[in-house]
Amino acid sequence: MRDTRPVNIAFTTFRLPLPAITSFLHRVSGAFIFIGVAVLLYLLGLSLESPAGYRDAGGWINSLWGKLIVWMVLAGLIYHLVAGIRHLLMDMAIGDGLEGGLLGAQLVFVVSAIGIILAGVWLW
Amino acid sequence: MVGSVTSFGRSGVYDWVVQRASAVILALYTFFMLGYFLLHPEIGYEQWSALFSGFGMKVFSLLALLSLCAHAWVGMWTIATDYLTPGMVGRGATLIRFAFLAGCGLLTFIYLLWGIQILWGV
Repeated sequence: MRDTRPVNIAFTTFRLPLPAITSFLHRVSGAFIFIGVAVLLYLLGLSLESPAGYRDAGGWINSLWGKLIVWMVLAGLIYHLVAGIRHLLMDMAIGDGLEGGLLGAQLVFVVSAIGIILAGVWLW
Repeated sequence: MVGSVTSFGRSGVYDWVVQRASAVILALYTFFMLGYFLLHPEIGYEQWSALFSGFGMKVFSLLALLSLCAHAWVGMWTIATDYLTPGMVGRGATLIRFAFLAGCGLLTFIYLLWGIQILWGV
C-alpha cells in the first residue's frame, strides 16, 4: 500500500458534528475503562478475600483518592453504557437518521451526565 | 491483510456480532449490579461473599468476564487499526500497532485469569 495516498478525513481541519463527538468519546471511554477494569477487579478481589479485605476495600473507596478514581471509572462506564445502548438502538434503525442522530447524541450527553452526577452523589 | 489476521474472529461480521452480544451481556450484568447495590445499601462481607459464591452468580460473572475480554479486544483492535496507521503515526505504524495490540492482548489475558481466580476463590 502506498504511504502517500490521500487522507480523506482530516480531523484537524474541520469541525466535528455532535454525533461524531459522542462516537469519538465512546471510543475514548472504552479505552479508558479497559484500564479502569483493573481497579474494579482489584476491589472485587480484595472485598471477597476476607472480612478484613472487605473492610480494606470499603476504606479505600471511602478515601478521597479512592472515591475520585472509582468515580472516574464509573463515569467512563456510564457514558460507554449509555452511548452503547444508543448504538444498539441505531443498529435496529432507531434514531439513525440525520435528525434522530443529533437528538440521540444530545440524549447521550444528558442521560450520561445525570448518571455520572448520581454516581457521584452515591459515592459521597 | 494484516488487519484481518489480528481481528478477533478473522471476519468483520463475526467481530460485529461478538461486539454486540458481549455488549448486551455486559449491560445486563451492570444493571444487575446496580440493582443489587440499590436494593442492599448496607451490606456486609457475609452477604457480599454469599452473592458471589452462588453457582448462578458464578455463571453470570464468568459470562460477563469472557464478554468483557472479547468486547475489549474487538474495541481496542478497532481503535488500533483506525488510528495507528501510516497516515496517522507515520512509517512505523505496523510495528507500533502490533506492539499496542500485543499489550492489549496481554492485559486482556491477565484480566481473564485474574477474574477467574477471584471468582473461584470465593
